[in-house]
Amino acid sequence: MATACEPDLTFGRLVQERCQEPILGCYYCQKCTAGCPVAFAMDYKPAQVLRLVQLGQKDLVLGSTAIWMCVGCEACGTRCPNRIRLAPMFDTLRYMALEGGYKPEPAVYWLHRSFLDSIRLWGRVHEMSMLAQYKTHNLLGKDFIADMKVALYLFVKGKILSLPERVHRLAEVRRLYKRQAAAEVES
Amino acid sequence: MKYAYFPGCTISTTALEFGLSTDAVCQALGVELIELEDWNCCGASSAHSLDHDLSYTLPTRNVAIAQKGELDIVAPCPACYQHTLAADLRLRQDEAWRREMEAHFGFSYNGKGRTRHLLEVLSEPDVLKQLRSLVKRPLAGLKVASYYGCVLVRPPQITGWDDPENPQRMDRVMEALGAEPVDWSYKVDCCGASMALSRADIVIRLGTRLGEAAKEAGADMFACACGICQINLDTRQATTKIPALYFTELMGLAMGLPGVNKWLSKHAIDPRPVLRARGLLP
Repeated sequence: MATACEPDLTFGRLVQERCQEPILGCYYCQKCTAGCPVAFAMDYKPAQVLRLVQLGQKDLVLGSTAIWMCVGCEACGTRCPNRIRLAPMFDTLRYMALEGGYKPEPAVYWLHRSFLDSIRLWGRVHEMSMLAQYKTHNLLGKDFIADMKVALYLFVKGKILSLPERVHRLAEVRRLYKRQAAAEVES
Repeated sequence: MKYAYFPGCTISTTALEFGLSTDAVCQALGVELIELEDWNCCGASSAHSLDHDLSYTLPTRNVAIAQKGELDIVAPCPACYQHTLAADLRLRQDEAWRREMEAHFGFSYNGKGRTRHLLEVLSEPDVLKQLRSLVKRPLAGLKVASYYGCVLVRPPQITGWDDPENPQRMDRVMEALGAEPVDWSYKVDCCGASMALSRADIVIRLGTRLGEAAKEAGADMFACACGICQINLDTRQATTKIPALYFTELMGLAMGLPGVNKWLSKHAIDPRPVLRARGLLP
């Protein structure tokens, strides 16, 4: 695990403004960590991530695997005595990590990327082609055998062989992917 | 009752039996589902994970399409439901954003349609009353662990359900069917969702814990309201084999609707042996 470094004193405020959650008000009761279903798989637990953000430890936070493990189940935000939703904070930290060139957790990143590419292509998610793209980036993930069993089950039950269903006015969906590029050019 | 139906991407694939049973049950109850014209994917957990703008614009396109009909939107998938609801809420609360979206999509937001989950619609008191009168084969003796999962009831600021920690709506539906909803502590614990594809080890651990908790509570099966919850429970329990049915399948079974056998044959953990043992299937 990396060690703490010189704090970036603007980091906490930046994250708070961007995710619009009152994260600087956290008094570290750790209820979020206690109820988090994926905390066991995180290098820093949810409350620790929040604390590191407050302390300006930008590199530790944006380089952590924890920010890629949050599934957005909102248990933490529902229970926080300070009414802080951590899921939007984790989203924001992922955006900042990608913008800052920090290395994402590959399996999680490529699944989401492949999913969004599938929507751009068809307007809806087509599981077969989405999974094919994902597997080219992450062929032998953890529990490969278990994955294959599930794939076989879906195949046998006729649940994954359908042709893509596509949106008719696809240009309307694809235009949404260009909004940000357009906004950047304007500014 | 008429609704704009937003079926979502999984309804004709991995959640096939959810779609089929939803159609049959709604028809029997006189709930008319009119498919939202040319709907697109809501972005699910991938949009908000990587791209904040898309996580609002994708579902906003659907909200804009639904405006014309002035009907409430009904989604069977909790992710579709939560993201559409969040997009709709932002249009209601953030005026600058609403103007931007109106200009982008060329529509005028009237705020007339609300976004609702299928379980919410099918557990309204008048629907339950009608359901009771349509039950032909009560699910007597069947112990059901109602599994709501995460984003169906959370965050409460957006979804506004009865109780985000101990919701009751699915339990009330099970009671109306004559089944016995069990008390258990994991009804809103997350199954790991899309991690099934990126980190199966995490989902196996969570699915196993849910299976063991349901077994400890004495449940014969899970009732689910989400395609991802269902497939994760169906395929990722390591130490138990508790069938996971959609709540609509159980409704169809109790109402004696045609097609039930086809739905039940689509599961990885076959629910038919348990149902036969309880005398609920021939």
